[in-house]
Amino acid sequence: MDIFALTIEQALEGYRAKKFTAVDVVKTCLENVRKYNKEYNVLLTVRDEDELIKEAKSVDYSKPLAGIPVVLKDLFSTNLLRTTGGAKIIDTYVPRYDATVVRKLKESGAIIIGKANEDAWGHGSSGENSDFGPTRNAYNKNHVAGGSSSGSGVAVALGMCLFGTGTDTGGSIRMPAAYNNLVGLKPTYGRVSRYGILAMASSLDTIGHVTKTVGDNALVLSITAGKDPLDATTDTQPVARASFKRSDLKGLKIGVSPEYLAIGKQATPGMDEKLEAVTETALKELEKLGATIVTVNLPNTQPALATYYVLVPSEISSNLGRYDGVRFGHTRETFGGEAKRRMMIGTYALSSGYYDAYYKTGQKVRTLVRTDFTKAFESVDAIFAPVSPYPAPKIGDFSQDPLAVYLSDIYTVPINLAGVAALGLPAGFIGDLPVGIQLIGPQWSEERLYEIGFAYEQETQWYKRKPNIEGSHPSEAHGYI
Amino acid sequence: MDTFKPIIGLEVHVELATASKMFCGCPADHFGKEPNTQTCPVCLGLPGALPVPNKKAVEWTIMLGLALGCTVNEESKFDRKHYFYPDLPKGYQISQYDQPLCIDGKLGDIRIQRVHLEEDTGKLQHAVGVSLVDFNRSGVPLVEVVTEPDFRSIEEVDVYVKKLQQIIRYLGISGADMEKGTMRIEPSISLSTDGKIPNYRVELKNVNSFRFVRKALEYEIARQQREGHIQQTRGWSEDKNATVVQREKEEAHDYRYFPEPDIPPMRWSGRQISDIRSQIGELPDEKKERFMKKYGLSDYDATQLTETRQRAEFFEEVAKEGTPKAIANILINKKVTTKEELMKFLQNAPSISADELQETVERILKENPKAIEDYRNGKEQALMFLVGQALRQLKGKGDAQGISAIIRRLIV
Repeated sequence: MDIFALTIEQALEGYRAKKFTAVDVVKTCLENVRKYNKEYNVLLTVRDEDELIKEAKSVDYSKPLAGIPVVLKDLFSTNLLRTTGGAKIIDTYVPRYDATVVRKLKESGAIIIGKANEDAWGHGSSGENSDFGPTRNAYNKNHVAGGSSSGSGVAVALGMCLFGTGTDTGGSIRMPAAYNNLVGLKPTYGRVSRYGILAMASSLDTIGHVTKTVGDNALVLSITAGKDPLDATTDTQPVARASFKRSDLKGLKIGVSPEYLAIGKQATPGMDEKLEAVTETALKELEKLGATIVTVNLPNTQPALATYYVLVPSEISSNLGRYDGVRFGHTRETFGGEAKRRMMIGTYALSSGYYDAYYKTGQKVRTLVRTDFTKAFESVDAIFAPVSPYPAPKIGDFSQDPLAVYLSDIYTVPINLAGVAALGLPAGFIGDLPVGIQLIGPQWSEERLYEIGFAYEQETQWYKRKPNIEGSHPSEAHGYI
Repeated sequence: MDTFKPIIGLEVHVELATASKMFCGCPADHFGKEPNTQTCPVCLGLPGALPVPNKKAVEWTIMLGLALGCTVNEESKFDRKHYFYPDLPKGYQISQYDQPLCIDGKLGDIRIQRVHLEEDTGKLQHAVGVSLVDFNRSGVPLVEVVTEPDFRSIEEVDVYVKKLQQIIRYLGISGADMEKGTMRIEPSISLSTDGKIPNYRVELKNVNSFRFVRKALEYEIARQQREGHIQQTRGWSEDKNATVVQREKEEAHDYRYFPEPDIPPMRWSGRQISDIRSQIGELPDEKKERFMKKYGLSDYDATQLTETRQRAEFFEEVAKEGTPKAIANILINKKVTTKEELMKFLQNAPSISADELQETVERILKENPKAIEDYRNGKEQALMFLVGQALRQLKGKGDAQGISAIIRRLIV
């Protein structure tokens, strides 16, 4: 069993065929935690080893995720297991209840190895905003892991688990997936319950996961998705497990938006030419599989980014109000810089006299962005786009320039504003750094995205390239733990 | 000083008597419960917890709005109202801002601006050197009924709040009890010299009984004449028997309202609204009119018997045990609440001949010409005086209602 190559589906098959047991898999994962966690700063809390082995020994193999090790982004409330949200202000907070998704995963037999590092509260796309230090990229430890679900991505790539959960408010699952050669789902808003997951921007937060393959990803969604009586924004839409019979994409129309590439270049002058080439190749692969490539217009892409950075901080300023140190956690000066920045911006945008100019205008633009996608999906089945304008930057390169980091979210945030679904897929490498693409679909189109993704994955097989862990060395320049 | 006219508006908060809280499954009845025994992640505002609105609370709010003649907003939503206080665990209260459930109603001559739904806060308890929070009340459904500044006297306020309380109790949606805090009144008062609405107002907090409402308003009318017209928030202090300043205008809150993203907006069809309307049943005024017509009762008797829905229902249940008038008399004068008690009174009813009654009343009238004149001049107390005199002469054998009817017939 090679844990770096092992998929969930293969593990379940291995259990069925009695080739190995959950204990073997959990032990291997724990070994990787011991080997790499300190260096890569992946997990903030690791569960007790004996307890984990005991749990693995008593697995009920009839369950759908029986004995499958998982790490949870630290925004997921876990009963009696520390939950920090990547923020030091609550580094001693131990919830007394499980998030709905955590409960579902437990009930389906998954084994929680620990809680993953992340940009504090989900604020960031590189993983560098964690109050506990940045997570390192699994493919090159001098580079960022991508965030905010940084630890969840790297833990999968480094064999500490077989899948990781994340949240995606503006790209936080797709980014670490793209930077670590993984499949990451940003589901339709309302597809997966948010109950028990520390809120960032409630009207955009979506709950997804990163896996090695499309098949694994679809399997996990079939467990986590569905109406939750504890989350009034979840929907009753049924979740079908993708059938993956499709080996070609004949008859499908895939849209490409000229605005995306043009604005990407404009917003980030350093838009990587090599990345552009990888993206072009990926598009050609889709065409080769039989898809028709069509131009679609998403005219409100540029205002979408600005709107995102008005609406999201507004909701953040509201959601972080409860961390006052009165009942748990530390006092408010313990908040990190990025959280403070967003709370200040959001408080300003919601203040009387400014509300109309900022928040209300933002809501109007949001409607326009939504309409962009609705119109586009009248003529195409899915939209193709890069995830990030460049491959994973070096740790520290952007951390002094928050605006530059915000601008790199240009391809991901419009999807969250629209509330539609997107699937991030591995699409190649630039040197040793992975590059991802995303397929965007209308609301509730996850099944379709998985089928397209599966055909593409079978053709390209990027997921087979594993990190060259021994080959990279940490930079001394930044002095991280 | 008589040229000053008080301009008063009211905000009334009512805790709904639903089984569970507004946004979670915890019991809503918190009165007298051990602190922090009725809580969960939602009403404690724990990280990640989400609100799911209580359908019954929403329907009851609409029902109250309809009973107050309001229009139900076809589209309504919840909003977050932000302020920092230790009894508010999320840092915001889920309330309604620009699209309340109900608008534009009327109770008597008082226009009702809005009826909206929100959640109650926890309760602070201060002891020496320590302040404690009890979250049992956190998240209990709270309806707010806001009037226009239509009151011109304290008497009008009194009539309105009692009527509102009666309607709420009729609907069975709350005990509306000032002492238990399930009904809370926040008056705003200013003084006008020209009858127009002045450009300032004083909000009064912590007035937790009908008596304090009256006292606080009386105090304010005098104080504002004395000290001038300044926008303030003041609280009633029972110890000082006065209102004391809590907040000046400059310290006004900026609540940073925005739509609650955790709860989808609500839409109401005409059918849903008429379904809720059909659950309202007969309200006190309608019931009173019907009692007068159907049972031939006086305005006074009908008002007494319809004071509570329970009493009215009891009356209707037992009305056929005798003449409705006689039954009404026993219910009102003897405060009878069970059928057994009533039957006892009916069996041992003091008998008195109609002639004896007539003679006694005529004698009393002859002896009290001044009272008759007073009554004719509109003094209702004079009638009560005459009834009292007659009752004394009859040594309790007569009934006040019958006597007052005879007096009225004789002297009009």
